[in-house]
Amino acid sequence: MARVLMKGCEAIAEAAVRAGCRFFAGYPITPQNEIPEYFARRMPEVGGTFVQGESEVASVNMVYGAASAGTRSMTSSSSPGISLKSEGISYCAAARIPIVYANISRGGPGVGAIQPAQQDYLQATKASGNGGFEMIVLAPSTVQEAVDLTYAAFDYADRDRNPVLILADGVIGTMMEPVELPPMKTDEEIAAIKASKAAWACTGHKLDYANRSWIQPGQWNTQIMQAENEKAAALYASWEKDVQVEEYMVEDAEVIITAYGVSARIAKSAVDICRAAGKKVGLIRPITVHPFPYNSFDKINYDVCKGVLDVEMSIPAQFVHDVRMGVKGRCPIETCLCSGGNIMSREAVLKAVDGILAK
Amino acid sequence: METNLCVAGFGGQGVMTLGKFLASAACDATDKNVTFFPSYGAEQRGGTANCFVVISDGMIGAPLGDVMDDLIVMNGPSLSKFLRTLRPGGTLFINSSIVDEKNIDRDDVKVVKAPVTEMALEMGNSKVLNVIMLGVYVGYTEVVPPEVVWSTIEHKLGSKPKLLPLNRQAFETGLKLGREQR
Repeated sequence: MARVLMKGCEAIAEAAVRAGCRFFAGYPITPQNEIPEYFARRMPEVGGTFVQGESEVASVNMVYGAASAGTRSMTSSSSPGISLKSEGISYCAAARIPIVYANISRGGPGVGAIQPAQQDYLQATKASGNGGFEMIVLAPSTVQEAVDLTYAAFDYADRDRNPVLILADGVIGTMMEPVELPPMKTDEEIAAIKASKAAWACTGHKLDYANRSWIQPGQWNTQIMQAENEKAAALYASWEKDVQVEEYMVEDAEVIITAYGVSARIAKSAVDICRAAGKKVGLIRPITVHPFPYNSFDKINYDVCKGVLDVEMSIPAQFVHDVRMGVKGRCPIETCLCSGGNIMSREAVLKAVDGILAK
Repeated sequence: METNLCVAGFGGQGVMTLGKFLASAACDATDKNVTFFPSYGAEQRGGTANCFVVISDGMIGAPLGDVMDDLIVMNGPSLSKFLRTLRPGGTLFINSSIVDEKNIDRDDVKVVKAPVTEMALEMGNSKVLNVIMLGVYVGYTEVVPPEVVWSTIEHKLGSKPKLLPLNRQAFETGLKLGREQR
């Protein structure tokens, strides 16, 4: 397969189309405008539907509707727009509707800065809406990974009947990099996927009250509500098997850098520079940030490890909360942070590593 | 081997296109890794625009490095903004039509001069200044083989064949000027 140079946002959209996504609704916001722009051009070519909604709330609810009818559906936005969509996402989680959405995040609360940041970690992984639902959250660190994870996201969503989030940032969204694209699902394959949802989706039932599909984002009966929440909790607990992580030169490391997304690729190149200079440094990079690869931190040799360095484009640090739960107090944790739209500097990472090694 | 390039100029001078052509050529015809990262923000016509291209034999960590190996500046404000990011021994390519050499306050970098604004006007189309500069850069550095870059330009302009002769002339003229200053 020939590689093509693609922008992260466009690559995410093309991967979705190839995975059989045939409905997209969204609303403009930097730095993810190339996602709706690409879908607007591409959807008519494949017989899909693109809608620019009148707002974020409208577009996420259109996706909720389309996915309820069994169609692979997607929306995307950036930080404040994602907050607006959180009501719809929570409804999808409650009604157990599989959707995929992407957050090409920016820097800070409120409108924040429009430049790249990783300022939405806790929202993405812990509470993307009310009610305590959870989602698989995928964090690509290259454009190729953004393609592969988006393609897989639709399978996770359908398998679990649950929303899946692609958590990226303005660098991954706007940069161009060579990618190899996955195969295009055929119309027959897409029809088969839709048909497989007939047991629950509104795919056109006759007036049959006993077996009719229900799309229900809540329950009046407390017992049923508790039972639904228990079922959801069992689903979330089953995701242990879906953990994806890159462990790079961990065994003998005196410093472990841990990072996700764009920070992780910058950190990985810092590891290579350190190793070339004879410094024993390794990397733990969660690819799924939820479920989080806590067990990877058990592979650190704490007899030699002087510290874990949390590298993230967020102030205050957020990812570090999960890192703490992985390290469990077995060695000190330090942070290397930037925020507000500033991009992580490799020099800063190297300096922080040297600071730990000098201790 | 990794090359970090920053291209900077006025919005409208085609700096993004220059970077994209180079990145596309590296993607199309080499097995190197390449990234293109555009600056974005509250940009406006007449304001500054810049992009970063990294071409590497190995994995690319930062698509926006701390230190540049090469810097192309198409206007005066970009010189003052980016000159300090160029590593000692790095190469500075200036649009000498409008960038004043006297403002280069470093003597530890190589300077390649190309009056691309004037050259483009002489060719009858002010818009090709970026393709001339791309030629200069490729001619000087040979970071990607020139014929590969040309076939990428040819492909990108496929829907506008009328523009090909002018762009060919622009690219060739730039290549020659770049090679002469090696």
